[in-house]
Amino acid sequence: MDSVLQNTLNTVVSNATPLVIAALGETITERAGVINLSLDGSLALSAMVGFVAAYAAQRSGVSAPVALALGVTSAALIGALMALIIAWGGITLRRDQVAVGFILTLLAADLAQFLGQDYTRIPGPTFPTVPVPFLVDLPVVGPILFRHSLFVYFSYVLLIVCWWWLFRTQGGLAHRAIGERPASAYARGVDVNGLRYLYTILGGALVGVAGAAFSLNLKPGWANPPSMRGDGWIALAIVIFGGWHPFRVLLGAYLFAALRAFASAAQRSGDVGIPLVLLNAIPWLAMILTLVFVSSGVLERLLRVLPRAVQNRARALLRSDPPAALGTRFEP
Amino acid sequence: MRAWRDFVFGLLPISFSLLVTALLIVLVGKDPLEVARVLWSGAFGTSETLASVVNFWIPLTLAALGLVVTFRAGLWNIGVEGQIMIGAVAASGVALYVKGLPSPLLIGLSMAAAVMAGALLGALIGFLKLRLGVNEIFGGVALNALVNVASIYLISGPWQPAEGGSAQATSPFPMDARLPLISPIFPTSLLMLVLTVLAIGLIIRLLSGTRWGLQLKAVGKNPRSALLLGVPTGRSVFSALALCGLLAGLGGAHRVLDTYYSLRPLVSGGIGFLALLVVLLAAMRALWAPLIAFVFAAILGGTTRVRIRLQLDPSLAGVLQGLIVLTVVLFQGIRERYFAHHDESIEEKV
Repeated sequence: MDSVLQNTLNTVVSNATPLVIAALGETITERAGVINLSLDGSLALSAMVGFVAAYAAQRSGVSAPVALALGVTSAALIGALMALIIAWGGITLRRDQVAVGFILTLLAADLAQFLGQDYTRIPGPTFPTVPVPFLVDLPVVGPILFRHSLFVYFSYVLLIVCWWWLFRTQGGLAHRAIGERPASAYARGVDVNGLRYLYTILGGALVGVAGAAFSLNLKPGWANPPSMRGDGWIALAIVIFGGWHPFRVLLGAYLFAALRAFASAAQRSGDVGIPLVLLNAIPWLAMILTLVFVSSGVLERLLRVLPRAVQNRARALLRSDPPAALGTRFEP
Repeated sequence: MRAWRDFVFGLLPISFSLLVTALLIVLVGKDPLEVARVLWSGAFGTSETLASVVNFWIPLTLAALGLVVTFRAGLWNIGVEGQIMIGAVAASGVALYVKGLPSPLLIGLSMAAAVMAGALLGALIGFLKLRLGVNEIFGGVALNALVNVASIYLISGPWQPAEGGSAQATSPFPMDARLPLISPIFPTSLLMLVLTVLAIGLIIRLLSGTRWGLQLKAVGKNPRSALLLGVPTGRSVFSALALCGLLAGLGGAHRVLDTYYSLRPLVSGGIGFLALLVVLLAAMRALWAPLIAFVFAAILGGTTRVRIRLQLDPSLAGVLQGLIVLTVVLFQGIRERYFAHHDESIEEKV
């Protein structure tokens, strides 16, 4: 296989990884029936805190791995804290989850800029690339999938665990039930709101890890304005595009990253026939188009073109129905 | 007893937000009292600073009024930021390229272009939602980004003067295209002030005194039963978004025809997002929104001076505003959750 293509695909995988982790975290949250709309701000704040924690730890003389671990841990805690506020506001205090999430996304982004103002554009510790022994030697896929930082391998494990948990365990059945039919789950003895707290916080912690994946690996350091602005919204859209299914979410994130890689390659080559600034519109056009595509109306019309035998399978594969109780409150 | 409790619950979240903000200022190594002093004088120190507060208040209030309408219809119009921006872009296009008109006509045409562009963008979000099934939050976020890309493209490319300019802004508008100022020491536009005050009255009237306002409320409360009762829900959603876009577009025109006199990147400056916070804090009431908008505009105006004098990042304004809204919303919840029972029992005894 062409090594240029392999390198490009390798970059796509690493660029997509924070999106994958954040979108899987949000999938876990939304499958439980809670919307965490604070992603864009949470990513920025956890990226800033993760970087500053790792930077400060390194300056105080601890070894690089410990500093990095501290950075990721504090980023995860920040993400979890944001999610806790949403769960508390949305579940216990009966506020609108979307409102609390939106306020938090603005507040967290501003907090990140304000508290991070003295830490912009300074070098700090970063996660190294660690090829996986043996697997990296696999033909074709080895160099694409297994020459990365720990964040990427974490995203693979997370993907498998997410899927297995949601669709192959009793606990996952309860998890999906509180997002689909909380009343039935409650009647079966499931602690709906307790579990909603748990999955919201867990999903938020993963968003925090995704923030750290930006500031400690993909785009090392902290900048003002942060380079990941907008990615939180894209992650939220990917969850919808992914139909709340871990594998499709991963696919969505990779497609997005591929599109961006294409756009920036076109920008570099400088000869594409349209003004370069306009290439920045591609991810957002793609966001609208994919959301149009998965919304049932358009998809149904397209599916009718297919032969009847494949229609149902294609529908099951492509349909994107949100958890039925998404964003609603449950009062036992 | 009840009034006292109301007072405490009103004051607690504000004091809490101020306290947290003060702690954060200490955390970045500045004196909060000094910041407060500079913030106050930056907002109310002179007639010029007061005018700059008014210049924030006008677009903020217009956008907030529009959002009161969309919230009434149960819509999260995050696209308001882009609607301000596209209004500014449209007004700039007219101001830069229409020649030979007398000043009042030119300004009128600029504003007309701005409100049309804003209304069309609002309607586009409605179209995406109703016809193509794209939730208005995501449609709005994507359109905001697209308008931003388009404005940067125009500024850095086609709207650059032939003799060369800067990528930071278009060339300044001709004098005829600029809104006349009340006075050099109070530089803001009387016309825009009057229009904003008229808009406040108009929106209050529309929402509480017309069939349209009532239908909007029905759609917001329960779209399904509204539809079953014969309310044209689609038309309500469209008209709410278009009206919001219209008002936001007018606010965008103010940003370029009064404040900047040129088109810059990020010309909307987060005012649309801030307007969402204003309306959340006003609990969606049209009467409260302009008052809260004034307080937030003062914080914005004052922060400009804090940045220059004390080298503090201007995100300070957003931190304080965000904290206030978050704590007010959460405190309402705490009150209903933990104190509602006591209130009722007191009422019964009295």
